[in-house]
Amino acid sequence: MFMFIVRRIFFALVLLLAVSFFTYMLFAMLPSDPAALTCGKNCKPDVIAANRIRLGYDKSLMEQYWLFLKGIFAGRDYGTGAAAFSCSAPSLGYSFGQHECVTTLIAQTFPVTAYLSIGAFILWMLIGISTGAVAALHKGKWQDRAASIFTSIGVSLPTFYIGLLVLFSVVIWLRILPFPSYESPFDNFATFLRTMILPWLVLAVLSAASYTRLTRNGMLEAMNEDFVRLGVAKGLTTRLILRRYVMRQALVPIVTIAGLDFAGLLGGAIITESVFSLPGMGKMSIRAVVESDLPVLVGTTMVAAVFIVTANVLVDIAYGYLDPRVRVK
Amino acid sequence: MIQESVLSVQNLSVVFHTPDGDVAAVSNVSFELRSGETLGIVGESGSGKSVTASSLMRLNNSSTATTSGSILISGVDVLTAEESVVRRIRGSEIAMIFQDPLSALNPYYTVGKQIAEAYLVHHPQSSKAEARSITLEMLKKVGIPNPEKRIDEYPHQFSGGMRQRIVIAIALINNPKVLIADEPTTALDVTVQAQILDLMKELQKEFNMAIILITHDLGVIAEAAQEVLVMYGGRIVEQSTVDALFSEPTHPYAWGLLGAVNSLELSGRGSLATIPGSPPSLISLPSGCSFNPRCAYSSEICTTDVPALRVVGSQGSVTACHLPNDEIISLGRKAAAR
Repeated sequence: MFMFIVRRIFFALVLLLAVSFFTYMLFAMLPSDPAALTCGKNCKPDVIAANRIRLGYDKSLMEQYWLFLKGIFAGRDYGTGAAAFSCSAPSLGYSFGQHECVTTLIAQTFPVTAYLSIGAFILWMLIGISTGAVAALHKGKWQDRAASIFTSIGVSLPTFYIGLLVLFSVVIWLRILPFPSYESPFDNFATFLRTMILPWLVLAVLSAASYTRLTRNGMLEAMNEDFVRLGVAKGLTTRLILRRYVMRQALVPIVTIAGLDFAGLLGGAIITESVFSLPGMGKMSIRAVVESDLPVLVGTTMVAAVFIVTANVLVDIAYGYLDPRVRVK
Repeated sequence: MIQESVLSVQNLSVVFHTPDGDVAAVSNVSFELRSGETLGIVGESGSGKSVTASSLMRLNNSSTATTSGSILISGVDVLTAEESVVRRIRGSEIAMIFQDPLSALNPYYTVGKQIAEAYLVHHPQSSKAEARSITLEMLKKVGIPNPEKRIDEYPHQFSGGMRQRIVIAIALINNPKVLIADEPTTALDVTVQAQILDLMKELQKEFNMAIILITHDLGVIAEAAQEVLVMYGGRIVEQSTVDALFSEPTHPYAWGLLGAVNSLELSGRGSLATIPGSPPSLISLPSGCSFNPRCAYSSEICTTDVPALRVVGSQGSVTACHLPNDEIISLGRKAAAR
């Protein structure tokens, strides 16, 4: 098991290296001149030239990539003399759009994304698994049909549509909640909750849909297993059979997918953050796209990649604990 | 010695409601079971033998199946009793082993936990340590080598025969009066089959339990059972002792089954004797005797009237056939000798 984990982590690091290379190259090859974007429209050519040298855009692509990679571990100094500044390790580059180290920007925006993700994730697991279980236990009855309508709506309606609809009806029309304006939970917890409740719910309800389906089908499949029949034949109570036999089996794929979904969310819930104007990583990424702020894009992509690769490793390890049949000896 | 009756089934009928129509899986099945006895139930796929077995523990889904008749065990009618009463009977008075021992075991828990769980549910006052020591003892009884180590292993770490031993251990942990074995050897290698049958016979003596052995294998019946029910199209067509079935079978379907076995054992070459045609669809059973389209002795009355069960011959066999008694006996002896 230990060797398995070591091997898995090693390959994860190789994968991240490859991701960093392709991400960096992809953005560097875009037909925009990063040096020209460092100052406004009326920029003088000599300022652009100076910035080009200062940010390292005069070097070859491979050299630039090497400096980026080195910066992650050793930090990076830009320019010389009075205009010099540095981004300490782990440096993901310097945003010329926001005149700030990318790592600092991510550190500012990530907590917002994390609060959004964690809250929504807890809600959607609760909603998804419970509605799925109710549907499975009442297969063919009205509860099942209601759950099926819920899943169809959830998987087919896009977040921005439902998000705007909810925002319009709750905030503008019914005026139950104020217009969202984010504040840190440590500064003003009440405002934080008032701001987060809608995005949490929208994200949770929409994501719960596929978990409802997964739980329902997984439970129904498990109920047809011989070992569940043997459980009944043993004289076990329905509750024990559901917990130890049916849910136990249905949870294996749910945990796997939930891990990956959660990691994907941590990389930035772009649409939800934009609709509810939450200053998270997703919103920052959108802004960076609009402004061609390449270092920010590379940085957020890398952070998202780290989450997804880490989640993959964790899910692989968790899988061995969940299903004894795939446990590596 | 007259043994007490531990299970009494009267007029058991099971109808499944499917989108294609109602399926009469079991019709009017009655039998008695005495302790220490083994009753074999033989028949093709779809003859109703497995449905009969699962009805005995009320394992059929009540929303898709209607079960009527009565099943008495320890003074309780399994078909009408409260769910909590039936649950107390399941696994303690009557237990079951399944065809495929791999799919019958929960892959997520150790075998020790699964055996102990069956004990604890009927002995809620017992401690886990107690359950574990009883589990260990049971593992020894069913012939698992090195039980102290293997009690903490998972089902996939056992071979097919060993898994079936685990399933038997689960079934016998509460010392049930009746054990239902639904094709217990079908999924196993031939050499392992004999071991499992021997084990079941041995444990039957030790626990003095009755066994209902469901199989399509007449060899297994000859080896392990004393009484036999032959089922066809959801009905009992012959009910006799094993000796009578092999010396003087009384139903044309049983003649066909014996013919298929004998042609294999005797000639070694030539073609395998088969029963022409295929098992009937339970949705649209042939009118009259269900076997009539495949029967060489079929006549007018077979297509209109369902034959009643009646005693035929010197060995007390009961049969459901319209042929006259003397003809049944002479044809039956011929079939047995072939």
